[in-house]
Amino acid sequence: MPESEALHAEHHLEYPYSRSVGPVIGAFLTGLRDGKLFGVTGAGGTVIVPPTEYDPTTGDDTGEMVEVGPGGVVESWAWVSHPLRKHPLQTPFAWALIRLDGADTAMLHVVDAGGPDKLATGDRVTVKYRPASERIGAMADIEAFVPEGGAGA
Amino acid sequence: MSDETTDAPGPVTMLATPIGLDFDFTPGIAQSKFLRGLEQGKFLGQRCPVCGKVYVPSRGSCPTDGVPTTEDVELSNVGTVTTYCVVNVPFAGQSIEIPYICAQILLDGANLSFMGLLQEIPTDQIRMGMRVEAVWVEPDQLTPSLASVRYFRPVDEPDADYETYKEYL
Repeated sequence: MPESEALHAEHHLEYPYSRSVGPVIGAFLTGLRDGKLFGVTGAGGTVIVPPTEYDPTTGDDTGEMVEVGPGGVVESWAWVSHPLRKHPLQTPFAWALIRLDGADTAMLHVVDAGGPDKLATGDRVTVKYRPASERIGAMADIEAFVPEGGAGA
Repeated sequence: MSDETTDAPGPVTMLATPIGLDFDFTPGIAQSKFLRGLEQGKFLGQRCPVCGKVYVPSRGSCPTDGVPTTEDVELSNVGTVTTYCVVNVPFAGQSIEIPYICAQILLDGANLSFMGLLQEIPTDQIRMGMRVEAVWVEPDQLTPSLASVRYFRPVDEPDADYETYKEYL
């Protein structure tokens, strides 16, 4: 039988979960909404970004929130030539581990570099926020990181 | 952190983390016939050429004999409640006001029951064997979907004899 006899429909299945973020990640997300990046002090004065409630090496409570960035260094990256529909950017971009200025750990986000030949490990990048009116307190409040001193893509 | 402004929103305490899946669905040829029948305001099933049982909705084959069901059969608009459940529990995404009755309905001429919403009857008067009929949406609202059937309601007939539906519980 021809396939055209069979119906066809687009379905969307979604579980609308929400989660409470706690005092530390909550402060980090509040910072993003306000256009600031925060880490937290851990053992021996290290600064952990994104902040955690416990130091991953000692398990002790972490300390004070400290502002970091807005620039940082690309520690590692992977180029995405064909972004998927739910990726943060719809143009080719890099997933990157970015160690923000003042931080001792790297944070995963995207770099809008324009092309894989325009990005190298060790490059300096800086944060590019969404407009304040669009920020809600989420990682996506950062639209992307872009090469420092460059216009990005 | 946000002491520059007096009307700043409070600290972020919750994060929306929806998990979603978009997919293309095809019900296949046999169930497409059933769905297109709904669009015309009728129940279409298929008969097994070996055992003669009529399935609605048909999956395109007989699970007993393992052969394709090729004969299309139009079923009655009237059937029998074989069993039921009164739903009293609220849950997320509920679209019908509780309490309501969820019934297995065996259409006349069919050998397979399916689930339907039962209305126009108090929940304490529902019973097995009750005869019911489908109430359809307005003709211009019919779609190839079970949403074309608004619900089932009792018809003024004596209850079906248990012997007639005991095989379908």
